[in-house]
Amino acid sequence: MKVVVVGNGMVGYKFCEKLVAKNSSAHFEIVVFGEETRPAYDRVHLSEYFSGKSADDLSLASKDWYVDNNIKLYLGDPVKSIDRVTKTITSHSGITEQYDYLVLATGSSAFVPPIPGVEKEGVFIYRTIEDLELMTQWAKHSKKGAVIGGGLLGLEAAKAMLDLGVTNTQVIEFAPRLMPRQIDEAGSALLQSKLESLGLTIHTSKNTTAITGDESIKGMSFSDNTSIEVDMLVISAGIKPRDELAKSSGLDTGARGGIVVNDKLQTSDENIFAIGECALHNGMIYGLVAPGYEMADVVVAILTGGDKSFTGFDMSTKLKLIGVDVASFGDPFAIGGEVKSVVLNDSMKGIYKRINISADGKQLLGGILVGDAEQYNMLLQTCKNKVVLPPNPEDVILGSRGGEADGGAGILSLPDDAYICSCESITKGAICSEVENGAETVEAIKKCTKAGTGCGGCVPMIKDLVNYTLKAQGKYIRNVICEHFNYSRQELYDLVKIHQLKTYDEVLDKLGTGDGCELCKPPVASILASLWNEMILEKGNDTAQDSNDRFLANIQKGGTYSVVPRIPGGEITPDKLIVIGQVAKKYHLYTKITGGQRIDLFGAHLSDLPLIWEELIAAGFESGHAYGKALRTVKSCVGSTWCRFGLHDSVSFAIQIEERYRGLRAPHKIKSAVSGCIRECAEAQSKDFGIIATEKGWNLYVCGNGGSKPQHALLLATDLDCETCIRYIDRFLMFYIKTADPLTRTATWLNKMDGGIDYLRNVVVNDSLRIVQELEAEMQLLVDSYKCEWKEAVENPEIRKRFNHFVNAPEEKDPTVVFDPMREQKRAKEWK
Amino acid sequence: MIATKTITWFPACRVEDVPANGGVCVKYNNTQIALFHFARRNEWYATQNECPHRMQMALSRGMIGSQNGEPKVACPFHKKTFSLVTGECLSGDECVITTYEVKVEDGRVYIAVEED
Repeated sequence: MKVVVVGNGMVGYKFCEKLVAKNSSAHFEIVVFGEETRPAYDRVHLSEYFSGKSADDLSLASKDWYVDNNIKLYLGDPVKSIDRVTKTITSHSGITEQYDYLVLATGSSAFVPPIPGVEKEGVFIYRTIEDLELMTQWAKHSKKGAVIGGGLLGLEAAKAMLDLGVTNTQVIEFAPRLMPRQIDEAGSALLQSKLESLGLTIHTSKNTTAITGDESIKGMSFSDNTSIEVDMLVISAGIKPRDELAKSSGLDTGARGGIVVNDKLQTSDENIFAIGECALHNGMIYGLVAPGYEMADVVVAILTGGDKSFTGFDMSTKLKLIGVDVASFGDPFAIGGEVKSVVLNDSMKGIYKRINISADGKQLLGGILVGDAEQYNMLLQTCKNKVVLPPNPEDVILGSRGGEADGGAGILSLPDDAYICSCESITKGAICSEVENGAETVEAIKKCTKAGTGCGGCVPMIKDLVNYTLKAQGKYIRNVICEHFNYSRQELYDLVKIHQLKTYDEVLDKLGTGDGCELCKPPVASILASLWNEMILEKGNDTAQDSNDRFLANIQKGGTYSVVPRIPGGEITPDKLIVIGQVAKKYHLYTKITGGQRIDLFGAHLSDLPLIWEELIAAGFESGHAYGKALRTVKSCVGSTWCRFGLHDSVSFAIQIEERYRGLRAPHKIKSAVSGCIRECAEAQSKDFGIIATEKGWNLYVCGNGGSKPQHALLLATDLDCETCIRYIDRFLMFYIKTADPLTRTATWLNKMDGGIDYLRNVVVNDSLRIVQELEAEMQLLVDSYKCEWKEAVENPEIRKRFNHFVNAPEEKDPTVVFDPMREQKRAKEWK
Repeated sequence: MIATKTITWFPACRVEDVPANGGVCVKYNNTQIALFHFARRNEWYATQNECPHRMQMALSRGMIGSQNGEPKVACPFHKKTFSLVTGECLSGDECVITTYEVKVEDGRVYIAVEED
């Protein structure tokens, strides 16, 4: 059987692709004629041509694909006539081909309103790659642009103008608002203000009467007797079905264009089908790609002996217009007594959402999203599948307020036959079963189902589905560390412990591949330190440390280091203060009080670090571990020894705690504080663990965080005595060290934990995992094996010799280090 | 006339002066060169010591490793990574660092430097 396809656009190509896919049993001879000189390309993403995509990137399939699949492809050669009696077609160049079935996929052309002057130079339409190439040339000398059309295509064209550098662009819309077919008045108003804030000028209710200028465009005038100066114009005011071939062959066409088809997509000649934008089905032209693909699918089914029909198509759509999300679905405008609407209009954030709900409040009829369309897919599926709405229907656009977040559970309520990818008609069931068959990533799903390869809007849903399906199968979703270790940090911790590995190289040899990198070295080095607490610069582990740990100091602008001696609880004697002052003077250091109640000394040359530390250690100081992912400080308020409100001695307890956990290495830094009463002067609730005195003992808070995303610590246990409080902290810290991902603070660790604080409390306080004895023993080992690593470093000549800037001139300091004076001290020279 | 440059082998240090799988900074006249002993691969590399991102003399203190087999160094300041072979920036920036040839003879490490 021979099928001739007239047209090689997106829908014509999709027809070929689908027919080829089914060609295993039946044998079709396929011949394709295309008017353009290049094979089918992705017209939907045409505007990306300006943001750097090439014609090849947009191509749907190469010429080789047609050859490989035995498809005869004639390009640059439109079909000129059909002889329905002999069932032959003749092309422009004179080729004739006989057909058994003819498929018209002639698409559409730009609708150009009959305005005087449209023929002038500098007036463009926006339809093909050739149009884009012409526009690109012209735009180089263009300053003032305009676009006729404020619909979907018009705004796409406006985006193209901005991308071409014509930033002074005006959009002219005939209707009273933008995108009148998709969104309502309030949504349009919001969209308009967003686009205006991006620099576009927008005119609505504006009727162009003439395009002025001599050879090339100079301006435009309007029916309200106004005019503007313009040197480039793009007309993108709608589409016109390409039905001229059908008309001249005597097929039925609509009064306003389009080839009339039935539910089988047959034209008035049963051997001739029409699909895509040229087809007029039930009085409707479908100017979107998804219904075109559906039509292709229906015809392929009919030709291969199946029974399928096209019964209309949902015109729901989601797009990004100049960076602004716009979506409409179902019946976006539904009104009337039987319909209720929920509207969110947030002009501050630039978000408009409207949902239309059935009178009983149970079904979603349609809606509009502007500014934030993240919920589009979920809402569309809820609408299409008539999923019953929650008791408070507004939750679907506002999110559930109060109570537990559903965490994407919404997707689970969809039936298996719900379409996740509308472009490729892939259902939830199809995706889930592919995940079960081993396609466990979004990329794998794209490959085997094609879902997510069209507009891409469903990719987040696919990702959720993959994760939920894996989880439902009991599979653990792992964050592997890097290309050298196919393990999560938690797995690596357990494996290093089981195999008793003591060096980075042993870990890489036994558990990894390749040579390691800056992503895996620090977490492995941290795991080794958390497990064995050996000197971190020995056994070749020095080069696996992140730079600060490698030199036991914090590298600062200009390449010098800062020095932070430990001052437990923030308590320091006058003599020790004097020593810090003397050292700072001797080595020309800038001094500053830190946020953690200690003193930071900046501007130390690498080779001075051991000398500085020798003096500090001699005066009774030890390393403050400010350079490590380790316990930093335990801040304290002055407590009951001086304060008239203090309930307990918060300073003594803070010192005890800081000395217990000093040097403890963890997935990230750990901060703590102890407050002597509820006034909370030590700000313990912003720490990884914080302790506040009560009448009866101590309250223990965990997983707080300052930093870029502050989070209050949560109460873990109340009215503890000192001993119990420390036992709980031992368990908590050890559980964190064993299970957190690299560079995850306790707050983020808790946020990701299933069951949250209740689960954590069960583990730490109620021993639900039966591990607390182990956790306490592991912590005790670390406490007992603590040594000041700076003391070890200065006493070890092999380690000491690494603290020189030049290997071949150890006595010389880095000559590029420069300081600038500031307020009687100095600062690092500003870098470029 | 074609300008010629003479390559000389500058004796930088002894093998044991460089930490295994790490780097040191070598002073050559007024130039700072980062020298790396990639012991896992039994390879030696040398590059300029200055990270071109913020003009900091720091690459010798960076962690070395590989990315799809390509040996690289990560600057300690902002973790920009550079190929030790080509000097190309592997973390997406448009900058290149100078690389030098290295040879080891009788326990001494030599860096190929150009003399004007």
